[in-house]
Amino acid sequence: MFTGILDGIFNGLSVGSVLLLAALGLAIVFGLMGVINMAHGELMMLGAYTTFVVQNGFKQLGAPWTQFYIFFAVIAAFLVAALVGLALERGVIRYLYGRPLETLLATWGVSLILQQFVRSVNWVLVIGLILFCLLFFGGLWIVKRRPDFERIRNWAIAILLPLSAAISFAVGSVLSKTYKLAVTKPWFGAQNVDVTAPKWLLGGLPIGNYQLPYTRMFIMVLTVLCVLGIYFFLNKTPWGLRIRSVTQNRNMSACLGIPTQKVDALTFALGSGLAGIAGCAVSLLGSVGPNTGQNYIVNTFMVVVVGGVGKLVGTIVGAMAIGITDYIVGTGILAQLFAPIPPLANFFTFFATTSMAKVMVFFLIVVFLQFRPAGLFPQKGRTVDA
Amino acid sequence: MSEKILEIENLTVSFDGFKALNNLNFSLNTGELRVIIGPNGAGKTTFLDIITGKTKPTEGNVRFKGKNLRPYSEHQIARMGVGRKFQTPRVYLNLTPRENLELACNRFKNVFSTLFRKPPTAERRTIGGLLETIGLARKADMKANLLSHGEKQWLEIGMLVAQSPDLLLVDEPVAGLTDEETELTGELLVSLSKSHSIIVIEHDMEFVRQIAQGQVTVLHQGSVLCEGHFDEVQSDPRVIEVYLGHEVDHDQPIDLQQAALQE
Amino acid sequence: MAAEIAVERRIDSSKRRLIVEAAIVLAIALFFILVVPLLLSDFRLNLMGRFLALAIVALGIDLIWGFTGLLSLGHGIFFTLGGYAIAMYIKLQIPESASSRLPEFMSLYGVTELPWFWKPFYSFPFTALAVVLIPGILAGLLGYVIFRNRIRGVYFSILTQAATIIFFNFFNGQQKLFNGTNGLTDFQTIFGAKVNSPGTQYTFYILTIIVLVFAYALCRWLTSGRFGRLLVAIRDDESRVRFTGYDPTGFKVLVFAISGALAGLSGAFFTLQTGIISPNSMNIAFSIEMVIWVAVGGRASLVGAILGALVVNFAKSLLSEKFPDIWLFFQGGLFLLVVMFLPDGIIGWLRTRGKDLFRAATGRKRIMTYPSLEEDPEVEYERKNLGD
Repeated sequence: MFTGILDGIFNGLSVGSVLLLAALGLAIVFGLMGVINMAHGELMMLGAYTTFVVQNGFKQLGAPWTQFYIFFAVIAAFLVAALVGLALERGVIRYLYGRPLETLLATWGVSLILQQFVRSVNWVLVIGLILFCLLFFGGLWIVKRRPDFERIRNWAIAILLPLSAAISFAVGSVLSKTYKLAVTKPWFGAQNVDVTAPKWLLGGLPIGNYQLPYTRMFIMVLTVLCVLGIYFFLNKTPWGLRIRSVTQNRNMSACLGIPTQKVDALTFALGSGLAGIAGCAVSLLGSVGPNTGQNYIVNTFMVVVVGGVGKLVGTIVGAMAIGITDYIVGTGILAQLFAPIPPLANFFTFFATTSMAKVMVFFLIVVFLQFRPAGLFPQKGRTVDA
Repeated sequence: MSEKILEIENLTVSFDGFKALNNLNFSLNTGELRVIIGPNGAGKTTFLDIITGKTKPTEGNVRFKGKNLRPYSEHQIARMGVGRKFQTPRVYLNLTPRENLELACNRFKNVFSTLFRKPPTAERRTIGGLLETIGLARKADMKANLLSHGEKQWLEIGMLVAQSPDLLLVDEPVAGLTDEETELTGELLVSLSKSHSIIVIEHDMEFVRQIAQGQVTVLHQGSVLCEGHFDEVQSDPRVIEVYLGHEVDHDQPIDLQQAALQE
Repeated sequence: MAAEIAVERRIDSSKRRLIVEAAIVLAIALFFILVVPLLLSDFRLNLMGRFLALAIVALGIDLIWGFTGLLSLGHGIFFTLGGYAIAMYIKLQIPESASSRLPEFMSLYGVTELPWFWKPFYSFPFTALAVVLIPGILAGLLGYVIFRNRIRGVYFSILTQAATIIFFNFFNGQQKLFNGTNGLTDFQTIFGAKVNSPGTQYTFYILTIIVLVFAYALCRWLTSGRFGRLLVAIRDDESRVRFTGYDPTGFKVLVFAISGALAGLSGAFFTLQTGIISPNSMNIAFSIEMVIWVAVGGRASLVGAILGALVVNFAKSLLSEKFPDIWLFFQGGLFLLVVMFLPDGIIGWLRTRGKDLFRAATGRKRIMTYPSLEEDPEVEYERKNLGD
């Protein structure tokens, strides 16, 4: 009985730490900008695929390297996701501030594009995309230096856009005609890919008659490091101070000369990078596919809803609470506990599957919100809901 | 007419330990027009939030017509007869002034009456009259987001009147208005005070002088600093001090208006 | 006196406009019922019928999102529930010759007795009510627990999305009760007629149009009067509504319930014409897709919602036939395009730009007015550079 509960708590913590890692970036971005990033799951997915690529790259290098690829993968995943996030913020989200519902729809569009992108990415697509960006943005950059840019802006875009698209498309089709499969074969395809954890992460730590897998422990450590890192960054560095000040009062911060646009971009990149790390962690738990992100997105949103915005501790507590509840309900530990009382036991057995546990957790969240509609750690004061 | 329409006893509101209002006592007679002044952060808007039910007091009670308001939510308090005008005009920008007034004027505000009841002719006539009063008759059927700032302020006052409350709470009605508009607003408020009890919060001392016939209340750090006639209050050294923020030379009384300007 | 005459005149003109509008709607409906079947192949006509059914849920989304400002990502639930209700009725039309008195999938999972909640679906009147009431009541309940705590904005969207996932999981997991992932399909007869025969399908097509017209009329009635204005007021400034003495909760719950009921109707007619309903229509993507139909057509415009549902779905069926691989690119692009460049959709674009085009075509000059100066890029540029 006791070991059962201990086991539940350990596993719950481990599920919770994945959730926390995934929700951390989302919570920061949501707290700062009020933006719900539906593509957050896809950024995780990109992180996972980056891990896969790094792993394959290190396999080429040979023996000692294959054991340590994971550390480089974490960094690479962070960077890739952060860069994509930066592009997303600069290209889409910054035009939509103050319109959270529209942002939600736009980022959903981005998430669809990213899903399809990893399915069909190949050399032709990449080369075409790079060429297009060079032509279009390069052209725009040249036009921008003309003094009458504002007037001819729309015309310039109307000409440049189809022109560069057509050139890239033509180059792409020429390439695919000449090199055939070598350039048209998708890198990953629609199938899931597998990341194998390095040898030293296989196996587990025996606790009683139960093993705590090292991968799970690795993820927990990674989560703790990320949380500490974020805490340090937000509380001890000048940019962290700026981020916090913009979170609390955007207009006032702008008046005090804080470059809010840069802060937004930085925060978004940071949040996206954290998603990348989360993706790297997730890839250790099972195979990853284009839809990986979708599995996490709703749960991470729930963490933000339960935790409330603006405080790191809310996210931590929210993630752990959901993780533990989910695990305890899902594995039927409650059903065993209430075995002497048949109706209750039956009730909990009904929910003792992974998917039904989610049903239960959702109802608990809705009930919770009846008492704490603004989450565990709400913001107070006159400015709220002004 | 000495019956109290609003009584507030030992009111305290704290946000995470910060006391926005601190042990505040206040009462308003039926039919009175009271002006509340006070430096920024004195708790003026929180004070209105409390009366309208937006924020619940941490301690103390608010009685409106003898009824404790604590258990009621905003819309219930509004239906009891408390109307509020906000600091920045809050009218429904995608509706026309006429529609704005219709919504406020509606006497039966539950879901199904709003859905099924036809607005009676009397109501439409009231609205026509109101549109004349607030000078928007010619713009009655264009979207409110095309109105100027002053027109929006007036529209909101019109909505307040259409609601026909017993107590009007008016938060900085002349912010951003021209002198002429300010003067007209003042006249409107004075004429309204014949049939309503009104609390006006205002920074503009010239305006306060125009409308304050009776008592003026000064709030400072969440409590009532002093109450009295405008001239008394204006020359009260404590008031000048909170507006200027430092000790004043008592031999040379400073005009409060100057103080407000400097602030 | 003068005011009264003006009021009377306004009522008269609005009455006349209403009659004209009703005539136009009827004409379009008749066109769809009588002429369109002659123009399209059976396959395309069936698609048209499905998309018209989807237009009903688009109206529901428009009601809750376009007018009331609540972005629901949970309409897939209500849609699917409506679909299941009608599918359960059809699945219980078991021919005399069949070996089992149960829907065939149940025997696969070893179910020997019909679950209790299937039993009422023997009755058609019950089913007809269930199609509307079950989703409606569920939406009302869900709305009530969310709205009473003043949860709104993105929180509302997230919660409805989570609810969608929850229902998806639940239906997926219940093989014995609902045939799990496979859903209910293989419909045989309804009222003795074969479900798949062209004649029955044409009847469904006509019924869909009639229901769509009624749904349009309902939404039109809801959004035109004082109730509709209040919805807009809630969308634009909810707490102001409260201080005016209205309780927004009731209004939002009612609108969400009606919107859910419309989704249920839509699901039922869609199911009749596709011949299958499965938990798949409760995945997240489908519910968000519904929103984009409305966004494309033009939110807060009922015609826009219907138009959007038809345009996007036809584009989808054409494009995904031609480019099945990269359909998602198109769809994602559509989301971005609409949100960033066409915030008021096709109808909104027609309203603003269409007028200009019309004037340009007829050679009439446009008078610069104050709000249009706001839109002028040069004025905007000057403002930006001068710091407003």
